[in-house]
Formats: sequence, structure tokens, C-alpha cells
Amino acid sequence: MLKLQALRKSFDGFVATNGVDLELAKGERHAIIGPNGAGKSTLFNLITGHLKPDSGSVLYGGEDITGLAPHTIVRKGVSRSFQHTNVYPKLTVFENMQAALIAHHRMEYRVFTLASRLFRSEALELLAAVGLEEDADRTAGTLAYGRQKQLELAVGLASEPNLLLLDEPTAGMSAAETRHTIDLIGRIVEERGLTLLFTEHDMNVVFGIADRISVLYFGKILVSGTTGEVRSNPEVKRVYLGGGGHGAA
Amino acid sequence: MRRRPLGVALFVVLLALVPQFAERWVIDLFTEILIYALFALALNLMVGSGGLISFGHAGYFGIGAYAVAILGTKLGWPFPIVFVAVVLLSAAAAGIIGFFSVRLSSIFLSMLTLAFGQFIWALAHEWKSVTNGDDGFLNLARPEFALTRPSFYYFVLGTVVAGAGILWLVVHSPFGRILVSTRENPLRAEFMGVDVKRVQVIAFVISGIFSGIAGALFALFNRSVFPAIAWWSGSAEVLIMTILGGMHSFFGPVLGAGVLLFLEREITQYTQYWPTVLGLILVVVLFAFPDGLAGVTKLARLLPGRKKR
Repeated sequence: MLKLQALRKSFDGFVATNGVDLELAKGERHAIIGPNGAGKSTLFNLITGHLKPDSGSVLYGGEDITGLAPHTIVRKGVSRSFQHTNVYPKLTVFENMQAALIAHHRMEYRVFTLASRLFRSEALELLAAVGLEEDADRTAGTLAYGRQKQLELAVGLASEPNLLLLDEPTAGMSAAETRHTIDLIGRIVEERGLTLLFTEHDMNVVFGIADRISVLYFGKILVSGTTGEVRSNPEVKRVYLGGGGHGAA
Repeated sequence: MRRRPLGVALFVVLLALVPQFAERWVIDLFTEILIYALFALALNLMVGSGGLISFGHAGYFGIGAYAVAILGTKLGWPFPIVFVAVVLLSAAAAGIIGFFSVRLSSIFLSMLTLAFGQFIWALAHEWKSVTNGDDGFLNLARPEFALTRPSFYYFVLGTVVAGAGILWLVVHSPFGRILVSTRENPLRAEFMGVDVKRVQVIAFVISGIFSGIAGALFALFNRSVFPAIAWWSGSAEVLIMTILGGMHSFFGPVLGAGVLLFLEREITQYTQYWPTVLGLILVVVLFAFPDGLAGVTKLARLLPGRKKR
């Protein structure tokens, strides 16, 4: 599904991604963990085309997508969310969804139809899938933080992706919101047969969703394996999970 | 909101009645307001929907005006062909200016549009063999069907209503929604699969076309063209109309054009300090009604209920 080969990226001499190799099988739920500054967001930006790697390549479904523009990569079936919420704050929740669906159906250059009449049932369906149908008419910027993240998830699903990248999907959420989001993501990935790659700090979220984990440390993948393998790896315990491994799960 | 189409139709009918009852100066004032209303609506596609602040729109206005003078009067081309040329020339200029400008963001984008606008002014001023330089053009020929004051008024009214109708469709179309989304969050739009720069260039082109048409009407209205038409203060004036009227309301710029031109005419009769008065009005609007004059009327309507989708 996704294959990263010797990806490298540095900024003014600081090596953010230092030769990352990673392979995701179809249907895999892969978590990337690592301390702050380990290069998780940079890695995401390299995959989705927001940054160009200095060297190495990104293969998606066997096709080399290295250095393509983000909007081209989205069209191939890669969707992502951001660490900080990224909705259209002044549009309603419903209008946010319509915009995403318009873009997905490549209608962004049509000028002689009314946008408000398009994809109404599809928009409501996706909002229902993330539990936001009640908020359809609210201005997106006024939603609680957790709900904005749910909207972002729905927006990401509008492009009917095969590979979903989520950058800290529960960051800033309350415990209740986090539990809800774990269930939601698990269900959506299952129902739609998605391949998932996500970063997360909260180990409960990681172990609640992922079936494989890679530990990123100073731009390199330290360990990659099943949740059990990573949890019991002594080096991971040392650099990330902290000492005796308590509190990890 | 459901009653809006009816209100707009009524408004157009009232405008159509103006030449039947009004004095000559009133017809002229309304003609000018209509032309600037189209110009401000065109600018607002970029400013309001796209968040792209252009300081160079007088350039497109000037291109339309000079196309009418040079192709229509000097070369004697038939009016329909001149009209097509106005559309093509302003579209080409806006396409080129947009292509470079969207590569920059916010203030730098605005400065580049200003520079391009001034470049067009310089062309009008210096390329004397084509533009007559400072002397400009006088006694422009109007189309045969618009020779009298009322018939010219109806010609302008028809063109402006058609132009406003097309711009309304554009703003409310899928393209318009995507343009707003690039304003709200270009990063998100890009990760929805939108080619943000391309969408913005198209906004430049559509906006440029209707600004050029407005400029052509303005030249025919005055029956003369001088380089000053493309000077940057013209860009500022139409921007003020847009902001005064309300850039987040479709018809706000129309209101802005009407109020500004009417006040300018009235106030200059009493004092030469019109720019000072305008400055004070702007200060009040910007602080008290950031959504412009249209925002004042909207306040009452917003109170009950939620936003319609």
C-alpha cells in the first residue's frame, strides 16, 4: 500500500528525517510514536507532498508519488488530518462537507450551478458517520475542539481515501472525547476497509487502535513491529515508554 | 432570505424607472453608480470570496476603457467585436497578473497587484503612439443603440444587471464555495484535492473581465479616456466602496458604490474636504461595522434563528 524508502529531509542542517524505511500493508493500522521533535509531522508532510524529500522515495500502491503536489496525492486516495484543527471556520459544518465533496467530485471549476444544492444527502451521511448530523447548521468555528476534529475526519473521508493519515487525532481532547474518538476511528477504518497511519502521544489511543507501531527517534525508525513486540522492546522502554514500562498501557 | 429574489427584482424595476422621472443629473449619477457597482462587485469576488486583496483593479478598468477608445473609436471596430476584445484583453491581463500574484501571499500579493496596476497606467501614459499619452481620447463613439441619455442608461443597466447576475452565480457556485474555502484555509483546501493557485488565478480572471467591462462602460459614459483612469487611487476607491458596503455580503459593494458616489457628489458641494469626510466615515465603519453598511442591515435579520444552508 505505502512504502517509504530511505526518506531524508533536513532543514538548515537539522536532520528531521534521517533515512526512514517503512512499509504498510493494506488494511494495516500503523501508529508512529516518538518524543516531540522526533520528526513525525515532517514524515507526514513528506508522504502527503507538503514537503519534498532531499532523497528517498514514497511509493503508494506501487506508484512513485515522491514530490507530487498535495492536491495530486489526495486525488490518488491519500487523505490526512492535521495536528491542529483545520476546518473552514466561517462556513457551517454542512458547507464544510459540501466543499469537500465538491472538491472530491472535481466540480471546483463549475460556475453555473448552485453549490448549496449539491451533495446534500452525501454530506449528511458523512456527518452522521462521525456523529455530527445535529451540528450541520452550526458555524464550524464555534464547535467544541473535539467536534471540529470529528468534522475534519468527515472531511477527510469525503475524498473516499484508501489510506488515511491522522496527525494526533485526539490531541487536546478530554478523556471522554478521546474514548469516543478511538471507537469512531476504529469503526470507520473497519467499515471502509481503510489503511491507517497515525501519530499519537496518548499510549491508550495507540494501543486502542493500532496493530503495528513504529517508534521514531531523531528522524530514524528505532523499532517497528506489532504492538506486543514494541511494548516489550527494551530500547523502546528506555527512550520512550519510560523506564520500567509502567503506565504504557 | 426567501424574499430576496423578489426584492432584487423590485430594485431593478425601480432602477429601470429612473430615466422616466428623474432629471438629467440624476440619470448621470445613477449611470455612474451602476458602472461602479459592477466594478465593486467584480473586485469583491476576489476580496470577499477569495480573500485576495487587489490594489491594481484600476488597471483592468483602464484596459476596458482604452480598448473601447482605441478599437472602437480610433479603429472603428463594430461594437460587438470591441466588447469581445474588452473581455479577452482584461481576461489576459488578469490571467498574467494573477499567475504571478498568487505565488505570493497577503501583503506581498497586494503589492504585486499594485505594481502591475501601475505598470498598466505607465503603458497608458508613455506608449503615446497607441494611447495618445496625456492627451488620451475624446469624443468616443457610443454604440448606435445607446446614443441618447436614457438609452445609454438602459444599456448600462442591462449590462450591469447581467454582469451582477453572472457574478452572483459564480459566488454561489461550486467554484465560489471552493474559492471561499481557499480563503478560509488554503492548506485544508489543498489537502481536499484543490489546486489552490489555479482556483485563485481563475478568480483573478473572472474579476478582471467584469472590471474591464465596467471600465469600457465608464469610458463610453464619459466619452473620454485619460491615463488617470488606471492610476492606483482608482483601485483604492473601488476597494473603499467594497469595504464600505460590506465585502461579506454579495450586494454590499453595490450599496458601497451608491453611498460613496452619492455622498461625494453632495459633500463636495459644501466643502472641499470630501476626502477628510470619507476618511471619518471609513473610521466609523471599520470600527463599528466591520461587515460594512450591509452588515448594519443584516444585524436585525440575524437575531432570530440560525444560519440558513
